[in-house]
Amino acid sequence: MTRLQVLKTYKIFIGGQFPRTESGRYYSLKGKDDFDIANVCLSSRKDARNAVVAARKAFGSWSERSAFNRGQIVYRIAEMLEGRRSQFIEELQLMGLTAANAAKEVDATVDRIVYYAGWCDKYQQIVSSVNPVASSHFNFSVAEPTGVVGIVAPEESPLLGLVSLLIPAIAGGNTVVLVASEKYPLSAVTLAEVIHSSDVPGGVINIITGTADELVSPLVSHLDVNAMTSAGLSKEMASAMQVQAADNVKRVFNYPAMDWSKASSQGLSMIEDLQEIKTTWHPIENIGGATSSY
Amino acid sequence: MAKKTTKKSNETGWEYAPSLESIGHIDLKESYDLFIDGKWVKPSSGKYFETINPANEKVLAKVAHANEEDVDRAVKAARKAYDTVWSKMPASERAKYIFRIARLMQERARELSVIETLDAGKSIRESRDIDVPLACNHFFYYAGWADKLEYAFPIRDFEPLGVAGQIIPWNFPLLMAAWKIAPALAAGNTVVLKPAETTPLTALKLAEIIELSGLPPGVVNIVTGFGDTGAAIVEHPEVNKVAFTGSTAVGKHIQRAVAGTDKKVTLELGGKSSNIIFEDAPIDQAVEGIVNGIFFNQGHVCCAGSRLFVQESVADLVVRKLKQRMDSLYVGDPLDKNTDIGAINSKEQLEVINKYIKIGIEEGAEMYQPNCEIPSKGYFCKPTLFSNVAQSNVIAQEEIFGPVLTIQTFRTVDEVIQKANNSPYGLAAGVWTDKGSRIFNLTSKLRAGVVWANTYNKFDPASPFGGYKESGFGREGGLHGLRAYVKLK
Repeated sequence: MTRLQVLKTYKIFIGGQFPRTESGRYYSLKGKDDFDIANVCLSSRKDARNAVVAARKAFGSWSERSAFNRGQIVYRIAEMLEGRRSQFIEELQLMGLTAANAAKEVDATVDRIVYYAGWCDKYQQIVSSVNPVASSHFNFSVAEPTGVVGIVAPEESPLLGLVSLLIPAIAGGNTVVLVASEKYPLSAVTLAEVIHSSDVPGGVINIITGTADELVSPLVSHLDVNAMTSAGLSKEMASAMQVQAADNVKRVFNYPAMDWSKASSQGLSMIEDLQEIKTTWHPIENIGGATSSY
Repeated sequence: MAKKTTKKSNETGWEYAPSLESIGHIDLKESYDLFIDGKWVKPSSGKYFETINPANEKVLAKVAHANEEDVDRAVKAARKAYDTVWSKMPASERAKYIFRIARLMQERARELSVIETLDAGKSIRESRDIDVPLACNHFFYYAGWADKLEYAFPIRDFEPLGVAGQIIPWNFPLLMAAWKIAPALAAGNTVVLKPAETTPLTALKLAEIIELSGLPPGVVNIVTGFGDTGAAIVEHPEVNKVAFTGSTAVGKHIQRAVAGTDKKVTLELGGKSSNIIFEDAPIDQAVEGIVNGIFFNQGHVCCAGSRLFVQESVADLVVRKLKQRMDSLYVGDPLDKNTDIGAINSKEQLEVINKYIKIGIEEGAEMYQPNCEIPSKGYFCKPTLFSNVAQSNVIAQEEIFGPVLTIQTFRTVDEVIQKANNSPYGLAAGVWTDKGSRIFNLTSKLRAGVVWANTYNKFDPASPFGGYKESGFGREGGLHGLRAYVKLK
């Protein structure tokens, strides 16, 4: 007799834990020939709000970690993901990718995370400045994370696409609520398991599954969300998001649909978009005649 | 070498049982060859020299002495690796190799720390908590730059220099290797590195790690030897870049040796850094800062705060507290976790320090040393303070590179700026005051590459380090450290 396989329950990821949706609802993910792959949580507005609360709670300590430490943790995500390479490839195949494309997608994802791990303690030196003001002040501007970021995972490129939006946000010290792709939720949930085992503090990354129609709006209208990112949304949806976001002057970035496997889909701007610039003025005592003439 | 007796602090009277770091887990070979083109090769001269533990004068290992011919092999291997592999590899793959080296170092951090302490004489607390973690972090930091150079040099054409010849000192053996190798690789260069003759072991352990990492052969070559080995690197016509950390005298020699060539040079040389205490400073913290500034790593620190300037109104208080603090310092077995001041790196260096102490006494300065015991075997020096020192005294002008501090007083801000800047060196300075505006006045007036405010001897891979004037040129660390390893067109 063949052994009966144990199936995985796909749950959502909030505050470092894996609850089911509070709504108790699900949707069936269908594979080839209408085959049922899994029951996926059909998260509710309440789940989205819970996720925002968790992200806000985690923001203080995550943004105050040393940049170097954030880099170590992000690199750890890459290490853990590489270790689960075959699991991700299988899952991507379940969701319809060919074996070759699935492997490419996973490898590119690991490399992308390594790329942003390197940015964690470097973007500051590029986007910050010391400003030569005319008065006797030491004046400098530094980048600080915007806060809680809502991310709508791209519908295509089930793993690489969402990682390409997610990692630059946390590399810059933000915390995140991510709405997984409705069509490809499995790799998002498995990614949550990788994140869970990568020293990423609970609440820094929260992942909910369900429909964009139902979940994006509560995030965009949420007054404790500071920014939204997405890619390739329809013009109508992007514009509706802009209107709603204005209520608390959210920063909204809907990047054009892109080929995530290309190097041009990564870069400093993805981090910079989710940063604020803070300028500090400090007086310089200037008494006496000593000069630095040696 | 374990001491059975407990130590007693003069200051507190407390007794501490020795807390020795175990050396059982380290893996040292009896003899080390040269690491050239990914292989361990015997020196063409067949000559080896001994490296000893300065804390007990016992031999740790024999190490190959590379001559001109060996250096030529190493440079040719580096050139070949540059032309055929390293310059052609996608930058993101280069990054992954450097990340991998960083991780392997982290995994072996404890072994590296113990070997560093055995070979260099520095306290295990320092190797474990400062040298080795910083070295790992340096690789980790620069790994991330490898595929982001276009951000470091925006809208400019740049290319790696080619083969970098790197010569490092004995005071921070592994850390200096990291400072040299990591940015060079990140920027796309290949490397020939020579560690100092008294402290070659951690660089050789690093070579083993590099071998293990699968880094393509020839990208990093490690050749051990003496000054002649270093000279062969500097003078080799196929070396495109010389990076040197060491004495100002040798730095000047290198600058002359490369005259008329296209070699790019960075020099990180000596110092006689000032540590300035104002009357409004938090005095207890400042005293800790003075101690850390001069006695950290037995004073074998190019940026050591060896010239102490204290505002007159608090000078008596600072000196009293400083002497009290010096009384509580433990000088002894570097492997003991209680030890504050380990062994002087070599017999030669101990002689240099003792020579300066003698000069100080002859110049009429007043010397203070705590009445502590020092081990009878090995090279040790008590923490030493000279007061009643004039700006013109030799001990206030020349770099001693040992646990010897001179103290002078000042009245006004102007006066201390003049005194602090009155030195051919310009590596670092410390400023202790509660007044922020005064800190920024001094940071703008002091002619030094690093200024520490209410702290001292802080290092970070993201922070550039390097000197003004005769303390050298070029910066290591941070974004600025990359510039030393690229040609900007």
